[in-house]
Amino acid sequence: AALKDGLRSQVSAALKEGRVTPTELCQRCLALIKSTKFLNAYITVAEETALKQAEESEERYKRGQPLGILDGIPVAVKDNFNTAGIETTCASNMLKGYISPYNATVVQKLLDHGAVLLGKTNLDEFAMGSGSTDGVFGPVRNPWSYSKQYKEKSVPKSHSEDEESNWVITGGSSGGSAAAVSSFTCFAALGSDTGGSTRNPAAHCGVVGLKPTYGLISRHGLIPLVNSMDVPGILTRCVDDAAVLLGSLAGHDPKDSTTIQDDFKPFELPNLTDVSKLSIGIPKEYHAPGLSSEILALWSKAADLFKNAGAKVVEVSLPHTRYSIVCYHVLCTAEVASNMARFDGLEYGHRSDVKDSTESMYAATRREGFNDVVRGRILSGNYFLLKQNYEKYFVKAQKVRRLIANDFEKVFRSGVDVLLTPTTLSDAAPYTEFIQEDNRTRSAQDDILTQAANMAGLPAINVPTALSERGLPVGLQFIGRSFQEKQLLTVAKWFEKQVQFPVIQLEEVKRHDYGVFQHQKSASFS
Amino acid sequence: QKVSVEVLAHLEHLALVDFRDAEGVERLQKAIQFADQLHEVNTVGVEPMDSVLEDRWCLYLREDDVTEGNCTKELLENAREKVEEYFVAPPGNIPLPKLEEQEAFLQGS
Repeated sequence: AALKDGLRSQVSAALKEGRVTPTELCQRCLALIKSTKFLNAYITVAEETALKQAEESEERYKRGQPLGILDGIPVAVKDNFNTAGIETTCASNMLKGYISPYNATVVQKLLDHGAVLLGKTNLDEFAMGSGSTDGVFGPVRNPWSYSKQYKEKSVPKSHSEDEESNWVITGGSSGGSAAAVSSFTCFAALGSDTGGSTRNPAAHCGVVGLKPTYGLISRHGLIPLVNSMDVPGILTRCVDDAAVLLGSLAGHDPKDSTTIQDDFKPFELPNLTDVSKLSIGIPKEYHAPGLSSEILALWSKAADLFKNAGAKVVEVSLPHTRYSIVCYHVLCTAEVASNMARFDGLEYGHRSDVKDSTESMYAATRREGFNDVVRGRILSGNYFLLKQNYEKYFVKAQKVRRLIANDFEKVFRSGVDVLLTPTTLSDAAPYTEFIQEDNRTRSAQDDILTQAANMAGLPAINVPTALSERGLPVGLQFIGRSFQEKQLLTVAKWFEKQVQFPVIQLEEVKRHDYGVFQHQKSASFS
Repeated sequence: QKVSVEVLAHLEHLALVDFRDAEGVERLQKAIQFADQLHEVNTVGVEPMDSVLEDRWCLYLREDDVTEGNCTKELLENAREKVEEYFVAPPGNIPLPKLEEQEAFLQGS
């Protein structure tokens, strides 16, 4: 099952007691990254700097002065966060070769806490997508494709054909980060979440994916997609670890004026035993068309779990849910049209050889640098922002956004503490099946359950719940009140403890002797 | 209704991104169709929402103190074409290909 309190009570303790050193930890992770290269989870592996950071951490431990729980912990960062001296590509030709001159605030915070930055993870180009299949470095493979659990359940064709054609997607767009955490190549990873990009791959890869409240964590250095919805996301193997990461990352940043100024106090999660005072809301609109019967059953079972434990479980309504994805489509493309305007080849990034005029150079650079998905969104966004369309589409969408946010507010005001919903419509699809539909269609389908939380700016978390019939992870989502991460995570942690999600059984991991950090659990939820 | 060729050309000019082919145009048509669902929602009397943090007014103006800068070298490092401390751009004020040329292209594909 998920390592309960993995970072705090297991890894950090082991480092403090000298049972393992930061350098050993780093080397093991680097070796595992190499042997799981076929997952394509990493775009850049910063081996030299990581080992240097590990050595520095080791010195601190020797002096008995570690910086905290994260000191010496190998982490990975999605490749749309700026990392000083390390290439940041956003999985796009537009930024190939771009070496960031600065660290994103969240990256700096991780480093200040002594974390060891292993590398940059793969994603959909510019975080646009729900499969991590549309980046220039190729798709990310879900580690569960290679798990004993999945292989046992798949119908074998020929042995070699099986592995090559049967692999499933990670979900997206933070697929690389999710795969990295899921395959044990790092202990935590940063993703980003604009429409579900952290929670979706977390669900498909069987890891915890936290989307914090908008305004809690700095976006400075996160290459923006939708400024009014983007947040840095946290991917870990257990809820306690997510709380540790949150504690080191949250708080006002003078460099990001959309971060709230209130003091943030890092917290440890209590071990909730009495849920009788809890009110769980089940939004009926989240029984969306296309929701697999398996996930529906799991969701229902989860609701019963809370009910039987004494919590108040009520059906609620968020009437504008079905418009969330349409609203997102308009607002996202509009903001993308604006945000992508900075890529003109002049100051950084790809530059075309065309030199007849500034405009033709810009146009050629953008044609060469962006993939179809990005270009499509830019054009759509510009359409919705045209003078004749501005009121009709952009302002209209902003009004619908308010209605969506109001839906949530109304439900929380009625006494509901936390909402429980599915995270995805089904378990991970095989890659060959996923690419049959285009990116926009897929995103519209896959973001349906996660998008509204971004619209309203609310915190939400995916908790791995059970394995599907196909042996793949399925997660459930909790949505909380604004800035009430402690309550949200406390509930999530209680749930995580009840379901005892199984550990992935990967050959590569076994070979690298992760015994000290794994334990098998006998009971399971499904 | 279909988007006119004038609007398509106008969009390409604004976005400095081309539709490339009929598929690109079709993609836009589908996107508009999708967005049209918004009109099913009654938003009479509803104010547009710019930011979820509107109640927690956090957009403040800070003091006009220079706290960072002097990073010319770093800023120039990622530029491909530069001369001394200048970014070099091709000549400006030259308009892109005319509408007629574009129209021929779009009709042909």
